[in-house]
Amino acid sequence: MGDRAATFACMSRSPVLTFTDKGIYCPAGDFYIDPWHPVARALITHGHADHARAGMGRYLATHAALPVVRHRLGEINAQGIGFGEALQIGDARVSFHPAGHVPGSAQIRVAVAGEIWVASGDYKVVDDGLSEAFEVVRCHHFITESTFGLPVFRWADQRDVAAEINGWWAGCVAAGKTAFLGAYALGKAQRLMSLLDPDIGPILTHAAVENTNAVLRAQGYNLPDTLLANAELNPKDHPGALVLAPPSAFDSAWSRKFGAQETAFASGWMALRGVRRRRSGDRGFVISDHADWAGLLSAIRETGAENIYVTHGYTDIFTRYLNEVGWNAQVVPTQFEGESLDAGDAA
Amino acid sequence: MRHFAALFTAIDQSTKTRVKVAALAAYFKTAEEDDKLWTVALFSGRRPKRAVTTTRLREWAAEAAEVPLWLFEESYSIVGDLAETIALILPPNTSESNHSLSHWINSLRMLSQADEPERKAFVHAAWHELGGAERFLFNKLITGGFRVGVSQKLMTRALSQATGKPEAELAHRLMGKWHPDDVNWHALIEAEDPEADASRPYPFYLAHGLEDGPDPLGDPAAWRAEWKWDGIRGQLILRDGAYFVWSRGEELMTDRFPELARAIDHLPPGTVLDGELLVWRPGAPHPSSFNVLQPRIGRKTVPKKLLREAPVVLHTYDLLEWQGEDIRKKPFAERRALLENACADLPDGAPVRLSPQIPFKSWQDLIPRRENARAAHAEGLMIKRADSPYRSGRKKGDWWKWKLDPLTIDAVMIYAQSGSGRRANLFTDFTFAVRNGNDMVPFTKAYSGLTDAEFRQITAWVRKNTLQRFGPVRQVTPHHVFEIAFEGIAASARHKSGVALRFPRMLRWRQDKPLEEANTLDDLNEMLRIYG
Ligand SMILES: [Zn+2]
Ligand SMILES: [Zn+2]
Repeated sequence: MGDRAATFACMSRSPVLTFTDKGIYCPAGDFYIDPWHPVARALITHGHADHARAGMGRYLATHAALPVVRHRLGEINAQGIGFGEALQIGDARVSFHPAGHVPGSAQIRVAVAGEIWVASGDYKVVDDGLSEAFEVVRCHHFITESTFGLPVFRWADQRDVAAEINGWWAGCVAAGKTAFLGAYALGKAQRLMSLLDPDIGPILTHAAVENTNAVLRAQGYNLPDTLLANAELNPKDHPGALVLAPPSAFDSAWSRKFGAQETAFASGWMALRGVRRRRSGDRGFVISDHADWAGLLSAIRETGAENIYVTHGYTDIFTRYLNEVGWNAQVVPTQFEGESLDAGDAA
Repeated sequence: MRHFAALFTAIDQSTKTRVKVAALAAYFKTAEEDDKLWTVALFSGRRPKRAVTTTRLREWAAEAAEVPLWLFEESYSIVGDLAETIALILPPNTSESNHSLSHWINSLRMLSQADEPERKAFVHAAWHELGGAERFLFNKLITGGFRVGVSQKLMTRALSQATGKPEAELAHRLMGKWHPDDVNWHALIEAEDPEADASRPYPFYLAHGLEDGPDPLGDPAAWRAEWKWDGIRGQLILRDGAYFVWSRGEELMTDRFPELARAIDHLPPGTVLDGELLVWRPGAPHPSSFNVLQPRIGRKTVPKKLLREAPVVLHTYDLLEWQGEDIRKKPFAERRALLENACADLPDGAPVRLSPQIPFKSWQDLIPRRENARAAHAEGLMIKRADSPYRSGRKKGDWWKWKLDPLTIDAVMIYAQSGSGRRANLFTDFTFAVRNGNDMVPFTKAYSGLTDAEFRQITAWVRKNTLQRFGPVRQVTPHHVFEIAFEGIAASARHKSGVALRFPRMLRWRQDKPLEEANTLDDLNEMLRIYG
């Protein structure tokens, strides 16, 4: 009897969040989360290009994420919200909670009539010391990414990765070469900067990285000193430098003026030997702003959610596994799968 | 294992030849003899006898990683390498050890006598005490296949730096049928007068493609031309009353070509011939297509029927050893004259034939010959410098292949499958169809020829246009037309379309072509009629 009543209650109204061809939609509040087509009202988890798109009527994002979103999208009609602060939108109660992915990134909690959903956007569960640390949000329905949703992905302690990177950099210096480290301009680059040992040499940055640095510094994020490597900069004045740049800037007229160099990439995909070799840099460092296999599973477990929606990545495999070990999981179809191996750089 | 793992990592993570050679040379100077011997063996495709089947290995790894077997298999299909999948999926090592490479190899060798629980316990223990690259390499010792980007040439260069012996001599020493189980470092590399191994072949000289025609080669009188045959490159060695057949991949194939034994009756011992192995039926005007040769390559023992249907001959075009003397330093024209002499008295049914030279006065003369190559069942022309020695490896400048332009057909993509390893997560393996009325008839698969950017673009499209999924395969809306290039076409009962292509690849993505302009089954059959 009780079961039937519950089923009836469920079927009598539409779900709190639905999956449409424009993105995740909340009928009770008439808003979208990270939509990929223009809509009237968009709630944005973080500033990466596959989550924050142009053309929305109104934007809502954390105070911490907004400056980067504005920097990337220009003039927008946007409202900021603090982490943990609640906002009523229509019949939905909305709040943003740290996702630990990049500075400012959030999971979005949506509660309607006692039923709680969390759209986690991109997340990682370990504290990188720079981004606001991931917070477990208890819920009934959890939407998770699965960029690295395979048991072969297991991240090492970031202190160990830092030692590897600094060791490589010091080796470059000893060999009289410039160290070129490729990383996504928002998030990964700043995380790497915070791991570099400033005693080895100066950190130079590509404009794409430095612009983001400037935005984040203005917000009060603690970043080490860097120097913009623009056209006026003479590399000879900065021996022993490490240059942080998006991989697209590698092997360009800009990069060649630094003379003899070694290149490296920092990404979770570097865990795979085949990818490291395809990248054909001198080194690959395994460090990601997405959760590894164990991280995904622990996050899902701790939310207490019974219903899991899997997006971004190895959705089929991860969903099948979750169902096998007792969750009620399903694949969320996504048209845009950013930050996957193809994009390569963000992860 | 640490020393070997450091060497492997240094080679694996560098794209620079100089760095790889330096790392190898340093290793060859400092490592223990048994480890050096095994390193050379592993990097040249030799490996210890397999002590554990890969099926067991997968089961044990899934169990140790506490994941269901299907999930292990899915992970493997994305990582693309079994040894690597296992290394990644297992929890970090709990203890450490530093046994040598040969220690692990010897332990694995002992294991072949152990029962299964013992094998399993050994492998588990190894996984527990080896981490990172060492664990990966341990797995590789079992599964084989050290593809590490070290060619035989680089290895001989490094050995030469480490030992002071000339590269050519080392290359010769490393060829042939040696195995660390029955030779030691001293005998293989250092001994002044090693037991001359009668089977030992010479390193092959490989030609480069001539992209812009022969004009840049200069004076035509300094060059010789031959057909470029579409068979398998082979070296026939006649020494001490025995014969040996080597493939270009340095595989001993003697048993696969018993008909070549009769060469002993017609040519003196101390003769080594370079040429092309082709199926050529008695009385036929030209060789059979590569398709007919194919079943002969895979089989170690040849049924009589197959021997009769697909008799193999060596079409020889170079003489490397004559009367027991290495004549590779003599000019090609001189070697050729000796070869023609040696072949002058060969009877019709002999399993060796002289590959003819094509006379020409000007480069202009060669153009129509090349264009007619398909009629001679050749795939183009070879152009060789008359005064050149027989070099080893892919040294540019003396041998050129001037291939025919490939055949092409415009086909429609109907299935897509994701790649593995390098291209996990991109759709890279496609099945192509020709039109037949309103039907699509699949006729070939192809997986290379596009740029990474194009693969990304088509991957995004596949995701949005999937009609149906069959495991890793997606059926997609017939829409995109690709120009497929291939080297040959033959009838095949195994294929739904009735044809098999040789070396199919994507030449370009014809985004400009609508579906209606793709080729039809009739077009394909017409090509089969003309070129099959
Ligand atoms: Zn992101
Ligand atoms: Zn994302």
